[in-house]
Amino acid sequence: MKLKPWTPLGIAVILVSVLLALPAVLIVPMSFSSGSTFQFPPPGWSTQWYENLFSDPGWRDAVLTSLKVSAMATPLALLIGTLASLGLFRMTQKLRLTGMAILVSPLVIPNILIALAAYAFFLRMGLSGTITGLVLSQTCLAIPFVVIAVSARLQGYDRSLTAAALSLGASAFTAFRTVTLPLITPGIVAGAVFAFVSSFDELIIALLLQGPGAVTLPVKMFDSVVEEADPTITAVSTLLVAAVSAVILLVQFGWISKDPQNKKGQA
Amino acid sequence: MSVSLPSAASADAIDTATTLVPGGLDPIRRRGGSGTSWHAVLITCVLMIPAAVALGLLFFYPLVEIIRLSVTEPEVGFGNYIELFADGYTVNIVLRTLWTAFVVAVVTIALAFPFAYAMTICKPMTRAVLFTIVLIPFWTSAVGKNFVFLALFQRNGVIDTFLSGFGIHFPLIGTTLGVTIAMSQVLLPFAVLPLYASLGQIDLRLVQAAQGLGASKFVSFLRVYLPLSAPGLVAGAVLVFVLSLGFYVTPAMLGSPQHALIAQLIMARVQMVLDLGGAGAIGIFLLVVTLLSLGLSRLVAARVTTGTTIGGLK
Repeated sequence: MKLKPWTPLGIAVILVSVLLALPAVLIVPMSFSSGSTFQFPPPGWSTQWYENLFSDPGWRDAVLTSLKVSAMATPLALLIGTLASLGLFRMTQKLRLTGMAILVSPLVIPNILIALAAYAFFLRMGLSGTITGLVLSQTCLAIPFVVIAVSARLQGYDRSLTAAALSLGASAFTAFRTVTLPLITPGIVAGAVFAFVSSFDELIIALLLQGPGAVTLPVKMFDSVVEEADPTITAVSTLLVAAVSAVILLVQFGWISKDPQNKKGQA
Repeated sequence: MSVSLPSAASADAIDTATTLVPGGLDPIRRRGGSGTSWHAVLITCVLMIPAAVALGLLFFYPLVEIIRLSVTEPEVGFGNYIELFADGYTVNIVLRTLWTAFVVAVVTIALAFPFAYAMTICKPMTRAVLFTIVLIPFWTSAVGKNFVFLALFQRNGVIDTFLSGFGIHFPLIGTTLGVTIAMSQVLLPFAVLPLYASLGQIDLRLVQAAQGLGASKFVSFLRVYLPLSAPGLVAGAVLVFVLSLGFYVTPAMLGSPQHALIAQLIMARVQMVLDLGGAGAIGIFLLVVTLLSLGLSRLVAARVTTGTTIGGLK
């Protein structure tokens, strides 16, 4: 059915669309403001906040810390989550559902409680205010995303493919490497993107576990608004929107063209 | 896709058979030929070990520790929990949080419903566009999104100036109203996505049948479509409600200590006075409310599903 713009439904869809896109769209002009306050609309144009972002060591360190944390937490979560998904796949239906519920529970439990628990734990372990503490807790939060993405992919996996490889003389590992792995790769890639974005953008745990040398970008952004009223945050947000859109579009296109299961469906 | 359906179905049938007859399975078909059954079980266990260690040590153990702290710090007993309801201050914050989360859930569902419905009936091309729009909020950092609302809501900001033009003075910064509006925007995708998944499963021919039998468009919507969409509505609303309960960024950036929500209270207890026991008690209370809401939604969904379809879709 065609959705017509000037019906009540069409108008509702347009209004909700505007609402959904509003912050991402407004942050761009705000980042080129020549004003020195959070003024909207901007009084004039300049690139001062971008210059500030790249010259201020505080902002630069925060970007590097966040990249470091995500770059370590993502592969960890990917390895742990993928292995666990493969384990779940080998279980009976009942066990699998229980295991899944346990593995995704970090998504259900209020983040603020997870942050509190992690803080109390790392405080005692002497890991509060360290990069290690941040990496470990972000890994835990990212595991559910990997498990969901890889399991979704495994759900459509035809077990007889593995059986065929084995009956043709492949070892269990070779069968996994040459048959199973290529088929679940899109799930792993999607899991990696989710894991990276979630660990890069996580605020609450990072806020509690922060310390000198362990201030992530979201924490720096949060502090810059709440404590310093520094509009550099608009430049950071704009760059993040651009970077994330680029990654997502790349993954989406690269993934559709390389997806072996899609090709099979079309044949 | 339909090509792989029969084999997927047979794999499921084998699954069912194995659960019914323990040990009575063909090891090659089911376990990928890795030898005896205990060997296969061992491999499964090895695959789960990293996740068990990581989540057990870094997630479940700290949670249990927080429960322990909440009943032992500063002294043994349920003092922290009693204080929660006795000091008169905390109870207000709890009620305000529950109310805010409820309003946010209702507002997001009301906004998400027409959008998700349009997604189910429109052309594939339009659907792809709408889907991308729903995902845009995920591309923007949480702090960035709330910052935009801060700039819009601030005193002498666009909205304030606009309203003053009509002689209306309605502060949106530091108030629960402003927090509610911003939170509804931030959580809107979490209402649209489950709602879309559930509305897509409704057979629109049922609505046509009702109209064919003489029902008006409005009546067929009210008596046929709305009851069928109830599980999705409840699931989406509960998800948003639960996420709102522990929300920190929006109230911390747009709200005020005078109109604090639970998450701000927990943060303040930890950051200012390092009262882990007290903060833990509030956190555990939050968890209990969350689990109760989720359980309730599952119950409602199960009841509605068994009433309308047989052997519901997974």
